[in-house]
Order: sequence, then structure tokens, then C-alpha cells
Amino acid sequence: MTAVDTRRVPAARTVPGGFRWGRFVARRALRLVVLLCGVAVAAFSLMMASPVDPVRAYVGAEVTRLGPEQRAVIEETWGFNDPPLTRFLAWAREVVQGNLGDSIVFNQPVVDVIAERFLTSLALMIAAWSLSAVLGFGMGLLAGYFRGRWVDRVLTWWAYTLASAPTFWVALLLLYVFAVALRVAPVCCAVPIGAMADEVTIWDRLHHLILPAVALSIVGVAPIVLHTRQAVVEALASDHVAFARAQGERGWGLVRHRILRNACAPALMLSFASFGELFGGSILAEQVFSYPGLGEATTTAALRQDVPLLLGIALFTTVFVFIGNLLGDVIHRLVDPRVSLDGAR
Amino acid sequence: MTAPAKTARPRLLGDRRTRVLAYLVLAAAVLVGIVVAGTLAQDAARTPHLDAVNKGPTAGDWFGTDRLGRDMFARTLVGLRLSLLVGTTAALASTVIAIVLASLSVTIGGWAETAVNWLVDLFLALPHLVLLILLAFALGGGTRAVIIAVAVTHWPTLTRVLQAQARQVISSEYVATSRALGTSTFRLARRHLVPHLLPHFVVGTALMFPHAILHEAALSFLGLGIDPTQPAIGILLADSMKVLSAGMWWLAVLPGVCLLALVKLVDSIGENLRSILDPRSYHL
Repeated sequence: MTAVDTRRVPAARTVPGGFRWGRFVARRALRLVVLLCGVAVAAFSLMMASPVDPVRAYVGAEVTRLGPEQRAVIEETWGFNDPPLTRFLAWAREVVQGNLGDSIVFNQPVVDVIAERFLTSLALMIAAWSLSAVLGFGMGLLAGYFRGRWVDRVLTWWAYTLASAPTFWVALLLLYVFAVALRVAPVCCAVPIGAMADEVTIWDRLHHLILPAVALSIVGVAPIVLHTRQAVVEALASDHVAFARAQGERGWGLVRHRILRNACAPALMLSFASFGELFGGSILAEQVFSYPGLGEATTTAALRQDVPLLLGIALFTTVFVFIGNLLGDVIHRLVDPRVSLDGAR
Repeated sequence: MTAPAKTARPRLLGDRRTRVLAYLVLAAAVLVGIVVAGTLAQDAARTPHLDAVNKGPTAGDWFGTDRLGRDMFARTLVGLRLSLLVGTTAALASTVIAIVLASLSVTIGGWAETAVNWLVDLFLALPHLVLLILLAFALGGGTRAVIIAVAVTHWPTLTRVLQAQARQVISSEYVATSRALGTSTFRLARRHLVPHLLPHFVVGTALMFPHAILHEAALSFLGLGIDPTQPAIGILLADSMKVLSAGMWWLAVLPGVCLLALVKLVDSIGENLRSILDPRSYHL
């Protein structure tokens, strides 16, 4: 959320000989399975440890009117009194078959809730993600090229400040300025309030997407700016740039031919490795803008004690983060063939 | 981020070390001031004045009042104090966990290293906020739950950094000599490893702190953290969101600015500490 860490940019290693994609895919698949098992056990234990009364979570406010016999029937039906291991195995057996159970809050299968909500979030996340990658890369390029000058100082200061700002607060400010004071953006939701599904135009959707996307893009910009700046600075100090300069190359031509390719690796890596932060940010941004995506569903599930949905989201986001890291590694390898994927964990 | 000094010219306030130390003392004084003022403002932050509700900021009172006429300046101070306390506790705990895991895994090696690596991977497998939500949910919410959740999730990245550092120390010649002389693993860790990691303890805590308070604020903002009757910054901002469309911008802007300033202050303390405790990393 704040500050910048460099851990996700692995050191470049040279590989002798060719690269075996088959082995790579097999290793990663195995790794995902093990990670999912770990997350499943951990998340399920946390849910078991929660002081939340499962009968209350299932029945809702009417729990006070529930007699002891009815309570016993519910507990019996859902196996609330079984030992934790039995309950875990029962849940895990269903999960392996692709059944994550039913969401209590949304009254739908968890798989459907996640699929539907994620598609809504996906539009938001893709918009924010591309925005932060493009803006961050551009600003990093500028800051690095003009290192030590005022452009660099302003951009670096701005990036550090953004990294320290709470996402949801920035979202609140944007909401106030553009939706309340200037009235150029809608106050909430993904579509106009009260509109029928078939009346909603693509323009409506975009109009509702802009503000949350800008707010969400702010999460990812700062690290990309700072790492790109560093890569540009390093590239500028290299012998091949000194040689190009000696031959008279300068300005945009120098950047485009000698620096761009070296400088884009960190931005690419960080963009993909930050899927987790992106999702975390979308939880906050969707809360501020009442945007009905998966992030908002996560908050609702936790507040209204929807355990099956929370577990489903835990598993789903693990896959999401994993895919981000995987894509990051593969693309990094394609950009820079010296990078080893075998050693990278 | 400063360009290398061109020539050594006499400085008004002494060398860099002196200036950094002066800055640190000043920053620490500000932090102590926030804690004291926050403690003194406890009553004012909770007392409603129904004759002065929803007052916007004026020249004398920049923060205005909320819908119950409570003084927003006092509420912000109390919130900042709470953030500081939660952040410090959580950051300290996380750093201790990181140092213990890093030194243990590296000195023992083998299975211990594999186990710690897997634990780190497991904690990084989920989006951090989702993990925090699951933990806060498991602990039943409230201030205690937030502190624990934030404290036990911030160690993985620092552990990786410290592990790399510890591996360097352990593979050095004097450690090999000491090992050959029959020093026990525990003594190796205590005498040779931990002293090397201690500067990181201070810096790591200071740099972890911003993450910790921002996550605390985020959890409270979502309604999964600190008890909503407490004036925490996350709670203040969540309250302000409900009346934002009525134009009461002052409830959101100034508490947020103060949190941002607090985060930047502690972050700069961390960077400055690093510049004098670990000079080689300064120019990275």
C-alpha cells in the first residue's frame, strides 16, 4: 500500500542452454496446488476460530426467535457440532468437485457470486491497472532522464507522497471534488441508479468507471515510477549509452533506442506482481464508490459473516495473485531472455 | 535522492550526521506531542455540543465539528494517537517475528529454511488486505483484533530481506572459524548474527510503521476494525463518507491530511535512521 519494496524484481541470471517450458509449467502447477491447499487449511482454521455464531450467521436477525429444538435441527443439518477435521474434509471434498457452497448474503452459489462480481471488478481493475502502468512508466522515464532536475524532484516527491496516502482517502477526495462539488461524475455504483439492464449504454458504464479507476490506479503508480526511474538512471550510466551519446544521439531518439527496452522490465514485473495490491485497493475503492464488484462483496461477506463466500474469495484471490506473478515472470523472460525461470521461485 | 555534493562547503548546522540527529529529535518530539495532546483531548473528542453541529472550518477552528458538534481537531488528535499506538505495537511485533524467523532459519538451515520459506510464500499468496480481513474476522473484530491482525501479517517481506543479510553473515569466514571452534548454533546466532541484524530492527520497525497504520485505517474504514464509537482516523473517514454528498468536505480532508503527514513523518524517520545506521544502503 505504501512505501516501495524491490523484492519482486528477481536478479537477472544467465542460463546456459535452452529453456524447458514444459518443466516450468509443471512446476508452477504443482506449486499452485500446494499453495491452494495451504490457503484452504489456513483460511478454514481461521473461520473455525472465529467467535461468530454459525446459526446466527445462517438465520440472521431472527435468531432470537429460534427455539432450542429448531436450533438443534439447524446445527444437525449443517454439521455445526462435528469435529473441525470432519467439517474441513466435507468442505474440501465439495471444493475439489468445484462446489464452493452457497453464499448466505447473496443467496446464490458462491461460484456464481464470484464469477459475476469478478467480471464487474475486472473492468475496473483492468482500467486502473493499465492507467497506473502507463502513467507510472511515463513519469518514471521523465524522472530518470531528468535526474536531479526539478522535474525529477517533483515527480519523486509526488510518488513518495502517494505511496503514503491511504487509498480510500484519495478516493474520498476524488469523490468529493468530481462528484459532489463539480458534479461531472456519478456519486456511486457501476450503472445509473434505477436503470434497466438493457437501457445501460457503454458510455454509462465508462462514466461510472472513470473515478473508481483513477482512485485505484493511484495504488500502483508510485512503485512503478520509482523503479522505472532507477532503471533509466542505470541505463543512462551504461557504456552503450555513453557510446551512443558520443555518436551524437540524444533526446527522444536516445531514450527510444537505447533506454526504453531496458527500462520497461521493472514496470512490467511490478504491474503483474502487484495483482494482490490491486485487489486490495479495489476492496477500498469499491467501498467508497459503492461499486458492486468482488471487493465490495468481500467487505459485505466479512461484515455479514458469510463464511462460504469468504472462503471462496480467499481461494479465488490466491489464484488471481498467482496468475499475476506467473504472467510477470513469463513476460519478464520474453523481454529479457537472460532471466532464468527455473531458479525463480 | 539528493545529487552528490559538488564540493565540501562549511555547513551551518554541522555534518549530515548532526543534521539527521537533530531532525530525528525534532520528529520524535512531534510524535510525543501527538501522544500527549491525544491523551489530553480524549474528553473533548467525545463531548457533543448540540449547539454547534456541522460547523465548517473557520480561521480560528480549521477542523470544524461533526454532526454531533464534536470538535474534529480533538477527534483527529485522538485518532492519530490511536494510529501511533497501533502502528508502533504492530510494527515492533512484526519486526521481532521477522528477526527471529530470519536468524533461526539461516543458522539452523535445511528444514527450518524450507519451512520459513513456505510460511512466507503462504502469507504472500493472498492479497494482504484479504488476509487482514480474514484474520480480523477470525478474531471477532475490535481494537485487539486489528493490532494482532496487522502485527502478524507484516513480517514476510522483511524476513526475506533479513534472510539475505543473515546468509551473508553466516557464510563469512569468522563465523566458519567460530563454528569450527565448536560454538553452538544458538550462541552463533546470538553473538554473530543478531548484532548485525539490530540496525535493521530499528530501521525495519520505522519503515514497517506506515504499512501498519495504513492497514489499520483501511480495516477500520471498512468497518472490520476498531470499534466504531472510537475516534480512529479510519472511523472518522468512514463517518465522513456518509455526509460527503451533503458537502461536508472538512470532515474528510483534514483528518486524512493529518494521517498522511504522520505517515510521511515516520517514513522520513525511517529513511534518516537508515542513512546513519546503514550508510551503504543510503544511495540505493
